[in-house]
Amino acid sequence: MIWNEAKECMSRDQMTALQSARLVKLVDYMYHNVPFYRKKMQAVGLMPGDIRSIEDITKLPFTTKDDLRDNYPFGLFAVPNSQIVRIHASSGTTGKATVVGYTRRDLDIWAECVARCMTMAGVTKDDIIQIAYGYGLFTGGLGAHDGAQKIGATVVPMSTGNTKKLTTMMLDFGATAIACTPSYLLHISEVLAEEGVLDQVKLKRAICGAEPWTEKMHHEIETKLNIQAFDIYGLSEVMGPGVACDCEFHKGLHVCEDHFYPEVLDPATLMPVGDGETGELAFTTLTKEGLPLIRYRTKDLTSIDHSTCECGRTSARISRFKGRVDDMLIIRGVNVFPSQIEAALVEVDEVTPHYMMVVDRVNNLDTLEVQVELDQKYYTDEIRVIEALTKKIAHVIQQALGINAKVKIVEPQSLIRSQGKAVHVIDKRKLY
Amino acid sequence: MFAKQLTVFIENRTGRLAEVLGVLRENNVNILSLSLADTTEFGLLRLIVDNAAAGKEKLTEKGFSSLLSDVSIIKIPHKVGSLQELLKIIDKNGVNIEYMYGLSVKCDDAFIVLKASDGKKVDEILTANGVGTITCEELAQI
Ligand SMILES: [Zn+2]
Repeated sequence: MIWNEAKECMSRDQMTALQSARLVKLVDYMYHNVPFYRKKMQAVGLMPGDIRSIEDITKLPFTTKDDLRDNYPFGLFAVPNSQIVRIHASSGTTGKATVVGYTRRDLDIWAECVARCMTMAGVTKDDIIQIAYGYGLFTGGLGAHDGAQKIGATVVPMSTGNTKKLTTMMLDFGATAIACTPSYLLHISEVLAEEGVLDQVKLKRAICGAEPWTEKMHHEIETKLNIQAFDIYGLSEVMGPGVACDCEFHKGLHVCEDHFYPEVLDPATLMPVGDGETGELAFTTLTKEGLPLIRYRTKDLTSIDHSTCECGRTSARISRFKGRVDDMLIIRGVNVFPSQIEAALVEVDEVTPHYMMVVDRVNNLDTLEVQVELDQKYYTDEIRVIEALTKKIAHVIQQALGINAKVKIVEPQSLIRSQGKAVHVIDKRKLY
Repeated sequence: MFAKQLTVFIENRTGRLAEVLGVLRENNVNILSLSLADTTEFGLLRLIVDNAAAGKEKLTEKGFSSLLSDVSIIKIPHKVGSLQELLKIIDKNGVNIEYMYGLSVKCDDAFIVLKASDGKKVDEILTANGVGTITCEELAQI
């Protein structure tokens, strides 16, 4: 089912016309209501009249997370507090919280977007859905709540923290859907398995988001619980969950494009790249009133596809995230992300998932060495087996990255493991 | 009859080989023969020891990757030409030799450690031709 066929299936020409009209209006609105952004425009000699269509968007200055922090708490709001009806905030790992404000209309549009996403995941008014995101300053709980309620589903606002109560109610109520983070859902599935009640679960679908998850986790969730799992995406700065979601074909996440204009930017030039090419995702909130943002850089790496999906929706799809811009390396002019190596190595059974990239510059040429550990099951007493494996991995990496890498097989447990953010790159080049 | 060979993967780093030997020494594992196959990046240290299982266990504890595999320890006369005679028998049956290395002890016999593409077939060939093979434990007694 499609929640809003008029918007989700409009022709590309119609969509471009709608986005153009909304951008023109937005720029005028920002110029007159957000002094910080007006100054940004003035700094590059731009007047609202210079923006006539969506193609002109590349003339506009970017907005970053630092801009939000620098204007803490309400500096970027476009309306007085009398029109703000809700505040959410995300506590960053560094620095101040990022505060976002919504008008009544913003909340309506948010619920509309989440309703589209949940409908994509197959949720209907007949579903009993447990919302197991945190309720509070975090956008996850209330965002998912309002969307599910708009569909007319029976909403159970569980929040997080009491898994025992959640599993009990899941069984007692016969819950058919759940919205939570993928890691929490895996935990829930383990609890259900321990209790020996997996076969009594009526769950059919899960809408998971708020953290990156791998294809492997996706598969694990689906098989353990015998459900379909969907990926919902959003970020509080832009709105919250519901910016994009994947449909039953799982070929990228459909963006609610009439409200959030997505751009994928070359990390080096910051110019938009073509369909299928990897770059940094940026959003322009085309209809937001409270905290509208123009070209907000998400730092998430993705690619975009504007072709019509098998589900019938014409809205652009963004791929599952390929990493963060901060992790990017430029080797021999090619943008390389550690996550690409990680994904490539998953295909190779003979090595563990641990790896280290060593980048150096020898005679003015960049070199890349990828160190991997042989999996215990594949230890050998023959040199040629290791040499063949080295070649195989080099080929897999070449296919994934488009550059040649030297592969070095190292002793087991010799690559650094860490509980938190693992170090995967040693860059020995002195470039700056 | 097969013997258990202990193979250790070692990176080409200074002192790494000595560390492996140190572990064996501390645990009283006696080396009867060895071969080191090396490339620029790594080496495979193949060992015939008196107690391969204990050797592997101790090395694993110390974080080395090791493997036990079946090889033939073949007894041949300690005289000129006997190794070639042995290879003739194996070649004639179309089996590829992956690697081999030797050891001689103070007696009339010499010993060749051999791994072939088809170990079972080699074992059959040897038996059929009356060539003797021994285990590590037997070797340690000589
Ligand atoms: Zn679709």
